[in-house]
Amino acid sequence: MTEAAQTDQPTAPGAQLLAGAHTVLGAPAALRDRLLREVPQPRLLDLYRGLCRLRAFDDRALTLQRQGRIGTYATYRGEEAVQAGSVLALTDRDWVFPTYRQGAVVTLRGVAPEVPLLLWSGHPGGWHDVHRSRVAPICVPVATNLPHAVGAAWGARLRGETWVALGFAGDGATSEGDFHEACNLAAVMEAPAIIVVTNNQWAISTPISAQTRVTRIADKAAAYGMPGVRVDGFDVVACHQVVSAAAARARAGGGPTLVEAVCYRLGPHGTADEPSLYRDQAAARAWEPMEPVARTTTALVAAGVASPAELEAIREELATEHRDLGRAIEAVPAWTAAELAGTVHDPTPWTLGPEGLAGPVRL
Amino acid sequence: MTEATLVDAINRTLDQALADDPRVLLLGEDIGRNGGVFRVTAGLQARHGAERVIDTPLSEAGFVGAAIGLCLAGFRPVVEIQFDAFVYPAFEQLVSHAARFRWRTAGRYGLPMVVRLPYGGGTRAPELHSDSPETLFSHVPGLRVVAPSDPAGAGPLLLAAIACEDPVVFMEPKRLYRRGRQPVPERVTPAPLDRAVTVRPGRDLTLVAHGAMVEVAVAAAERLAEDGAAVGVLDLRSLYPLDRDALVEAATETGRVLVIHEAPRHCGLGAEIAALLQEYAADRLLAPVLRVAGADMPFPLLRNEDDYLPGCAAVVERAHLLLDY
Ligand SMILES: Cc1ncc(C[n+]2csc(CCOP(=O)(O)OP(=O)(O)O)c2C)c(N)n1
Ligand SMILES: [Mg+2]
Repeated sequence: MTEAAQTDQPTAPGAQLLAGAHTVLGAPAALRDRLLREVPQPRLLDLYRGLCRLRAFDDRALTLQRQGRIGTYATYRGEEAVQAGSVLALTDRDWVFPTYRQGAVVTLRGVAPEVPLLLWSGHPGGWHDVHRSRVAPICVPVATNLPHAVGAAWGARLRGETWVALGFAGDGATSEGDFHEACNLAAVMEAPAIIVVTNNQWAISTPISAQTRVTRIADKAAAYGMPGVRVDGFDVVACHQVVSAAAARARAGGGPTLVEAVCYRLGPHGTADEPSLYRDQAAARAWEPMEPVARTTTALVAAGVASPAELEAIREELATEHRDLGRAIEAVPAWTAAELAGTVHDPTPWTLGPEGLAGPVRL
Repeated sequence: MTEATLVDAINRTLDQALADDPRVLLLGEDIGRNGGVFRVTAGLQARHGAERVIDTPLSEAGFVGAAIGLCLAGFRPVVEIQFDAFVYPAFEQLVSHAARFRWRTAGRYGLPMVVRLPYGGGTRAPELHSDSPETLFSHVPGLRVVAPSDPAGAGPLLLAAIACEDPVVFMEPKRLYRRGRQPVPERVTPAPLDRAVTVRPGRDLTLVAHGAMVEVAVAAAERLAEDGAAVGVLDLRSLYPLDRDALVEAATETGRVLVIHEAPRHCGLGAEIAALLQEYAADRLLAPVLRVAGADMPFPLLRNEDDYLPGCAAVVERAHLLLDY
């Protein structure tokens, strides 16, 4: 792994957090191009596809939300690099434990985008097949998915198998007890776990400075006795490298790693949020040059990895793949109450059968 | 008098409590500059300062537990939980500690803290933003649990909760937050913390409800009136303790009681009310006590919300079963 001086980092408030974070795209141009050329070209294009796949989903979901065709939606615009970089660094045997912020990472495991979109539309058909994809259902209460990731990883070790588990969290989530308990357990049990904290510097209206008194979340790793790594969260290549290294270490019996992906929340917290109430939106705009799809496009072209036309074709292809999703999910029939009731237990107790749902028919 | 929504009414009452008593503190996630995700605390930090309207880290167990310590330090904390289900990380602090403090001091000292909990469905929100966990708290000895159902009732009940020397879980039916306006006085005065309110008198049947279900009960009563039935509505307001006298009085007046709640049926408040009426008013009941409640399932994703939520039609249907008994 190469530590390199940042060149294209913004001057926005909070940009100093990127100092010392592992980066490839942020290296001086000549070095950046050389580093990129050291990565096999098919891998770079895979990562690029991953980015564009996540972006296409997010774009579509935001549009559908504005049209009132899905419910409240947690956009992740700007966080595609850490999500695609992390998930694509794993094998299909490895488990992923997402939060509401990683609503579409299942599509990086071959799940059709209709599925997570159905979930955001409030349809139970949106619960994807967890065991086939080895991606857990998204967890809404922050940090609660991390102990699950640790347990899965621990299970791999107990079984003598070499897969690992990766859990996502936000900067705000690191203030929850579950974060600390998960980190500690992972370290004590030598679980092959990777905890990726996307430090987008905001938890709704709460800035990172009001969340924790350490400036580097990765420093918290020392308290658990595990390595903490900082990476440029807008850099899909760097994220891929850092998570690959953590996964290799975990597979070899080296235990867990805490990864801090430094970025910035470019958009609102979610579609019900109004950031102008609590933050300087000009500062947020100053981070726009780091937006990962455009940033990666520029770098791949500059390094001669692909032509602008080739990259545009990838973006186009994925945008097209997502174009009709609105109609696709609307064509899925709603579930009846009885169908829903059949998904709580197996076997279904009488309380959720026809009689239980309706109450007594005669007195 | 001013016209206020439920959000306004709670905001004004918090403002008054902060102005009147320097021991009152508000704490919670995003309640300061952002004014809370529902804007219930909008403007309060600007008016009372960031030392009294406090944005906490994302740490429910931490700040609910800290509220206990703040009480010991002489404050009267009012804690906002952002959404119903996010109280679960703080459950231990409420159950194992807040609820037991008076007990643990041999009755000497209470903890004058309030946990404000926006709850319930019908807002087309994502998973775990629509729970009705009132029974989890009403089952815990040492906690009081209250729920207003309208702007006019919310302020007096909240003020009483803040004045209470024991911990109170104040359940806010969030689907009513902006539902309509009612006149509220410039200065709020506290209401009794443990009294139900008769929203509508009846002769043939009493609908018992709380929070957002009061509205459903009133709509059903109006519909039933078209069929010639005089149906009353009792708004519980206090979920622990239950207003036994008001319930027995209703049973005495009508002999027929239908309990409506959004929380799952099993071990819900309906079960407790039915048992209580068996114990104290069996001879006055003309029919079994029935329930219209949520199914024993997690609150559904938004497309199935209406399959879950007790609605007017279901209440009318059950009411006829009772009226015909
Ligand atoms: C236990 C819990 N409390 C409160 C919330 C409400 N909430 C949803 S997201 C959020 C902020 C999370 O910030 P962070 O962990 O930084 O993740 P980000 O949203 O920035 O991805 C809050 C407070 C929640 N989901 N879970
Ligand atoms: Mg964040």
